[in-house]
Amino acid sequence: MHIVVTIKQVPDTNEVRIDKKTGTLIREGVPAIMNPEDKHALEAALCIREELGDVKVTVLSMGPPQAGNTLMEALCLGADEAFLACDKAFAGADTLATAYTLAMALKKIAPVDLVLCGSQAIDGDTAQVGPQIAECLGIPQITYAERIKASEKSVEVESGFGAVRRRVSADLPALVTVGKAINRPRYKTMKGIAAAFRDKGVQLLTSQDIKVNPGRIGLTGSPTSVKKTFVPELGRAGRIIDGGPETLSLGIIHTLEAENLLPKS
Amino acid sequence: MSLSYQLDEKHEMVRAAVREFAECEIRPVAGALEEKEAFSVSLTRQMGEIGLFGMIVPEHLGGQGLDYVSYIIAVEEIARIDGSQAATVAAGNSLGLSPIYYFGTLEQQQRYLPELCRGDALMGFGLTEANAGSDAGASKTRAVKDGDDWILNGSKIFITNAATPITRGTIIQAVTGSDSRGKPEHTCFVVENGTPGYTATPMKHKLMWRASNTAEISLSDVRVSRDAVLGQPGDGFKQMLSTLDRGRLSIAAMGLGCAQGAYEAALKYANERVQFGRPISKQQVISFKLADMAMKIELARNFLYRACWLADQHQPFGKEAAMAKLYCSEIAKEVADEAVQIHGGYGLMKEYDVERFYRDQRLLQIGEGTSEVLRMVISRAIGC
Amino acid sequence: MSIIIDTDICTGCKRCIPACPYDALAMEGKKAVRTPACTGCGACLDACKYSAISLAGGQGRIKMDITGFSGIYVFIETLGGAISEGSLEILGKARELADSDAASRKTSRVTAVLPGHALDRMPEELIALGADHVIIIDDPRLAVYRTDYYTRVITDVIREKMPEIILFGATPLGRDLAPRIANRIKTGLTADCTGLSLCSKDGILLQTRPAFGGNIMATIVCPDNRPQMATVRPGVMRRAKRDSNRIGTTETMALTLGKKDDLIRHVEVVENTKDAIDFEDARIIIAGGRGIKGPEGFELLGKLAAALGARIGATRAAVEAGWISRAHQIGQTGKTVRPDLYIACGVSGSIQHMAGVMGAGRIIAVNSDRNAPICEMADETYVGDLFSILPELTREITERKTTAA
Repeated sequence: MHIVVTIKQVPDTNEVRIDKKTGTLIREGVPAIMNPEDKHALEAALCIREELGDVKVTVLSMGPPQAGNTLMEALCLGADEAFLACDKAFAGADTLATAYTLAMALKKIAPVDLVLCGSQAIDGDTAQVGPQIAECLGIPQITYAERIKASEKSVEVESGFGAVRRRVSADLPALVTVGKAINRPRYKTMKGIAAAFRDKGVQLLTSQDIKVNPGRIGLTGSPTSVKKTFVPELGRAGRIIDGGPETLSLGIIHTLEAENLLPKS
Repeated sequence: MSLSYQLDEKHEMVRAAVREFAECEIRPVAGALEEKEAFSVSLTRQMGEIGLFGMIVPEHLGGQGLDYVSYIIAVEEIARIDGSQAATVAAGNSLGLSPIYYFGTLEQQQRYLPELCRGDALMGFGLTEANAGSDAGASKTRAVKDGDDWILNGSKIFITNAATPITRGTIIQAVTGSDSRGKPEHTCFVVENGTPGYTATPMKHKLMWRASNTAEISLSDVRVSRDAVLGQPGDGFKQMLSTLDRGRLSIAAMGLGCAQGAYEAALKYANERVQFGRPISKQQVISFKLADMAMKIELARNFLYRACWLADQHQPFGKEAAMAKLYCSEIAKEVADEAVQIHGGYGLMKEYDVERFYRDQRLLQIGEGTSEVLRMVISRAIGC
Repeated sequence: MSIIIDTDICTGCKRCIPACPYDALAMEGKKAVRTPACTGCGACLDACKYSAISLAGGQGRIKMDITGFSGIYVFIETLGGAISEGSLEILGKARELADSDAASRKTSRVTAVLPGHALDRMPEELIALGADHVIIIDDPRLAVYRTDYYTRVITDVIREKMPEIILFGATPLGRDLAPRIANRIKTGLTADCTGLSLCSKDGILLQTRPAFGGNIMATIVCPDNRPQMATVRPGVMRRAKRDSNRIGTTETMALTLGKKDDLIRHVEVVENTKDAIDFEDARIIIAGGRGIKGPEGFELLGKLAAALGARIGATRAAVEAGWISRAHQIGQTGKTVRPDLYIACGVSGSIQHMAGVMGAGRIIAVNSDRNAPICEMADETYVGDLFSILPELTREITERKTTAA
């Protein structure tokens, strides 16, 4: 069985600061990390390998050369093989072009039985790439998995789907996106690090290697574009009120009265 | 040979891995364990699971197959969060399993290394005695041959990891005779817990590292077979010196990590604490302190890594190890002291980590060679 | 338009025929040919194994023929025999767009697309709440949502009707379905929009959404492909005023499934986890953050909430600390709310949390730190110890109620 986990290197959005004058992100000094839900997807793949035995876990990413560091991290965590789709022509891709490129890369590293993705990435928050890859490959998708039971031929998934919990099953090959509730990712071990740097490495895939249609990749293949960005205006009056508990409590009551929100009885 | 001032990716990965573990698993419990003087078996096992024991031991002996620089970075990262757990790891590696890896017989390696490298068991290293500290040669513990066996009598003190619930035993250095010039001859023995006449008792009420285990050992007619001799009879002093050279690198790493942790806490506090209408980090008197702290840490780190690199290259590193241990432990004292000063009154309270860093650093100028002994080692090495 | 089929290379394998979302390829003399329905979307390019299909003008951007597309369409999500509140909000927004000055003949008509089973009086409801037209696809096979059938049914609607814009809720269902559709018809899709408007110059849809954990807002456009697709965050838009006299039309469409539309083997709903916290109609929400310090703090909040008839919210930090269930979480990764009054207790004011309360009428904060970011984002910040302020406030309100009674 061959499982491929798609992985994105993202800026740690907890560390992101905004230049308030220009309304742009300050990327300098912001650590690049493995997208958190992708880490859960990798953990799910490693658990399936431990359960079923004869399973190969491959990780795949699209990004600049430095995204290779994140794939190395995945190898340290226990992935068997890593591919990075890396080409200047891939740059500027929206979700449609990204999904197309990853799908073509998956065809290159086929046969693939199960594709696991994090539900969404913390920088874009779109949750679109997983389903779009599945459509490119013409395979079933199951999203927001909280439990995965895989066998040689099929996969059964329980998902938290808003107000309901669903159980969905499909034949392989299939694509499953996972959320954080599914597991607790393991720590990297020293042995894993030693082995990854000794025995494994990241293999690059260029646009030539994966035979893409140039009209479908990168900026050219992206129907959407960013017209402008701006810093959300959350500021309000910002009045500060000091005093003891009684003064403050009365102040809040005055506001409640002014807004006509104080219950009468 | 070319100069390189960048750690390779593998070492950065080791740092990231240990930092993540220490932040998530040790930071939340460090203060409470310290307060209760509780050695944590579960935390030790967890550290074993991610491979913090036996880092330099090859995989076929149960180790992790990494180099000295990796090991030292791991100790530094743990010490950045908690001196107690760093002590358990540093002593477990440098004093517990290293002598067996470097000097033990194949039988001893196979018997002890796998469980020690998993963190399922710990081993102490018994050198210091009540009246033999810096003067290690004054050791009174003796071993006398009796047929194929040896009989040990004496006592040891301040032995890290020797009385935890998972301690397997302790390597005991004993006088086994004297050479032709009348100088005492030493031999090391691996004495397992449960051997009749052998007891290890935890020592409580320490100033620092309160969540690490320190023991007092007494040996009264302890009979061990010749298989317990580490390497060859008479090699004990050589083994001890070599072990201490390497051990000093790990104590240096503890100083570096302690300084880093105290510095980061001070910087964060200085950026948040407002006095006279602005953060105190914007006031020169504080910002200059922080600049000095950062500089000292950088210097300490660069020098320590170079000493480890020499060890990895199998080049002499004894002088550098002594210098690194001396320098790192002394800047740890200076940095932790300033970190408390920057925190003002809050720095004296247990709520703030710098209080713990301030206490933890104090051992580092004493253990595994006092600052005075190290100056002696260095002065001899430079031809005084 | 720009699609060229090289008849010398074409083997007549017919792989491209089902790949076309607009049914614009046919066979003629054992070769594939384009029909006038072709929009030039390029979906057939990937389907051809022999590279017989290419783009005129070589490697450039694929340009669709967008002239034939018109109308704003809203996908209606149903659950347990009722229309979801989020869908009604989006319908309200669509109505607002269609009635705005920037609307053109391409964007002046609102159509609700209603797939499902046993849909009863829902079409009338949709018309009363802003739809000009309702497309009903009522089929027992659509009773439980499944990606494959729903993708097929909405793709069929798009092919037949060629919408200018189609909107979905940014719910798990909408975010499962919309990307799959966007990919099948090869158009752009913007996720989780919190703002929608029509450009006053060219009438295209301006889709505004938070990115980088809410640190920045981006306005996204899809200029060259149709339909323009977006998922819209629930809780942000407002539904239209009900007008039972509104006039609208309805039509029914059938679900037609092909062999390739059976991708999922089995779907079942195993548990109804609909959480008890309904923020929709809450006038006051009292939220707790890290400063609440533990579950006991939420008990204090609970007493105040009971006295005020308010609902309890929480930040991610409080939820992840295990002090209160995830159902209470508000913010970028939780719910978006818009009460009349939001009382933030011990909430530092991270951008991720505040993104979810932007729409509140008034925000007041109770916090011990006068330098916390919340102070700039609230209308009023009461600086002090919430553990003494909240009980005092609860006591005062209860006392006033008793006196009034």
